[in-house]
Amino acid sequence: MGVRDHLREIYFDNSATTAVCRAACDKAYEVMYENYGNAASLHSKGMRAENEIITAKKTIADMLSADKNQIYFTSGGTEANNLAVFGACNSRKKLGNRIVTTQIEHSSVLEPIKQLESQGFEVIYIKPDSNGHISEKDILEAVNDNTVFVSIMLVNNEVGTVLPVLSASKAIKQKKAPALLHCDAVQAFGKMNVKPSKLGVDLLTISSHKIHGPKGVGALYIKKGVHITPLIYGGEQQSKIRPGTENVPAIAAFCEACKEINLTGSNERVSVLNERLRNHLKEIEGVVINSPDDASPYIVNFSVLGIRSETMLHFLAMNGIFVSSGSACAKGKPSYVLTAMGLEKVTADSAIRVSFCKNNTVEEVDIFAEALKKGIATLARAK
Amino acid sequence: MKEVILIKLGEIVLKGLNRRTFEDILIKNIKQRIKPLGKFEISIAQSTVCVEPLSDDIDIDEVSDRIGHVFGIVAYSRALAVEKDMNTIISSAVKYLEETMSTTSTFKVESKRSDKKFPLTSPQISAEVGGALLTRYSHLTVDVHNPETVVTVEIRDKYAYIRSGVIKGAGGIPTGTSGKAAILISGGIDSPVAAYMMAKRGLVLEGIHFASPPYTSERAEQKVAELMEIVSKYAGRMIMITVPFTKLQEKLHKDCPEELFTIIMRRLMMKISQRISEKDDCSALITGESLGQVASQTLQAMVCTDEAADMPVFRPLIGMDKADIIEISRKIGTFETSIQPYEDCCTVFTPKHPRTRPVLKYVLEAERAAGFDELIEEALNNLKVTKIGF
Repeated sequence: MGVRDHLREIYFDNSATTAVCRAACDKAYEVMYENYGNAASLHSKGMRAENEIITAKKTIADMLSADKNQIYFTSGGTEANNLAVFGACNSRKKLGNRIVTTQIEHSSVLEPIKQLESQGFEVIYIKPDSNGHISEKDILEAVNDNTVFVSIMLVNNEVGTVLPVLSASKAIKQKKAPALLHCDAVQAFGKMNVKPSKLGVDLLTISSHKIHGPKGVGALYIKKGVHITPLIYGGEQQSKIRPGTENVPAIAAFCEACKEINLTGSNERVSVLNERLRNHLKEIEGVVINSPDDASPYIVNFSVLGIRSETMLHFLAMNGIFVSSGSACAKGKPSYVLTAMGLEKVTADSAIRVSFCKNNTVEEVDIFAEALKKGIATLARAK
Repeated sequence: MKEVILIKLGEIVLKGLNRRTFEDILIKNIKQRIKPLGKFEISIAQSTVCVEPLSDDIDIDEVSDRIGHVFGIVAYSRALAVEKDMNTIISSAVKYLEETMSTTSTFKVESKRSDKKFPLTSPQISAEVGGALLTRYSHLTVDVHNPETVVTVEIRDKYAYIRSGVIKGAGGIPTGTSGKAAILISGGIDSPVAAYMMAKRGLVLEGIHFASPPYTSERAEQKVAELMEIVSKYAGRMIMITVPFTKLQEKLHKDCPEELFTIIMRRLMMKISQRISEKDDCSALITGESLGQVASQTLQAMVCTDEAADMPVFRPLIGMDKADIIEISRKIGTFETSIQPYEDCCTVFTPKHPRTRPVLKYVLEAERAAGFDELIEEALNNLKVTKIGF
């Protein structure tokens, strides 16, 4: 078994991925080594594997205040988002032609929607304000009775803004739109209360590796009675909505990671870290905080004016501190989220995202602040 | 009955007395390249190298592909080696050429007989094999002047060889017949092409890469190693030296005029590369510069950079357009890797208005005033070596 070197590493990139918790590692190993059956097999080995899946569905459903039959496992958040977008729009295309979303969704929502746009759907991309907030009024204006799909994330992955998902559900009712409402809750699940029924959503995406579970597994919540078409075909599994032999070790490990979630405890801890970091940042000259004050405490996005994101990122990495420049999926390009928020190029080019988890400590935040100051003092700047 | 590869030697036939050395090096290069694929017997006779697999499980497509990357080979062909018996030759030819013949409409058969003890003459062999092919593939007609396909039957010492068509080789002269040179390699499009072109002229290469973390990423360095791996399919094994360049860059940024950043940086790279070359027995430096492509590649800039090195600097791309360079980079397979976005994005060190006509005198003054000698020694004491193509 490997050992993690917490003494030499400070991992502040938890919105990219998290360290897998020991319980999840152990479970994955157990299922791979002992309980390796195919959940579709009729014999007892298969049944035991199936039971792992049922337990996982139930655990996750309980957290969402949902029913276990509403949980569909996928290969991750990207697949769940693709399934939601294509599945909903393909099943509803006869009822209307408009899709409503925001400019700051994750690329796994935006890219599938762009595909549908090129096939003839009309898409409204709502612009955020300079804090990354999406206004309820803009949502209400964007949704009409021709709208078949609305997708709004709960927490933005780059700046941590909380989006008004509930008002989208109100808008759909008010406009009598034949629309399904999807919410990408990947950055919210395990970090705040996520109840699809209270948010009024039909589809909701979550992912395992953002909450100390393994990569390669996520889930889509589908409200009872809502029909969407599958992305792939070829088996009877998961009501044919997502066929294919289930990734039982990853699903069971995802379940273990869910069991370790303690919302109140984590949030209290992380809020302390967040406040401490913000206080440090406010004292450093030339640093601007891009995340709004009411953002998720797990994410702090800021810019060190004059020093490119990548340079500061590599400098911090050389000091054993891991952060992200904007978002991990957008190497080298200025962030479209920060650009949509209207940030100037110099600010967007120097953005750093710190994202916490419950395992981070106040000492780490202090060490980070010192390293940041050292970088600001020593790194060469564009003349 | 097995498939072999016959290689016609290229320019090396022109090399007179050196011919044996050249042939030996070429055969060594071929052996090194195909060794991981299995056991082979490699023989040479009458300007033709025969590569014969010694077991049935060898992937001859892969062998053929690798031989296509070896410099010093103008053309080669895949051939069927069979017992020197006329009935066997005929029946094997009919079967072996099935795919070729079904997509061809005119053909002729040429025969060569170096084993004069073989009972039939060359014209007789051609007539018999041609006749059998006509009978089996009735859509064919013979065209002796302008055939679509030429079938060749060669009767040599050990076997009779049947083949159709030739495959273009990588050309050039065998790597290792011209000495050794160091290529200054970035992650861009040009330097891998320059490396390929000079290896084609027989040079063994050593890569020198300048890394400036945290201004450049570890992935950029990894990308350079990947590019050299691709080049090594042609150029053979080599080592890559990574020079820690950060402190020099920072000093340059702090103590030199901004408009001279690039030119002095190039000079520092030349100086360090020369020192490495002297130690590693390289007789020349190679760069991917093309005249006028960017500010540091004007004639005046090159005058200033060349002054920093005493050894010859080869610039095989000097007269080429970017489009032509890209074409070669696509052909050799480095393009896709070159355009991945980890290129040294250290815009901090790129002047907004670089001097395109630097005057050597002022460049030297600025360089002397800053004083880089100590940092150069420090960099040379901290080189990292990566093996490429092993």
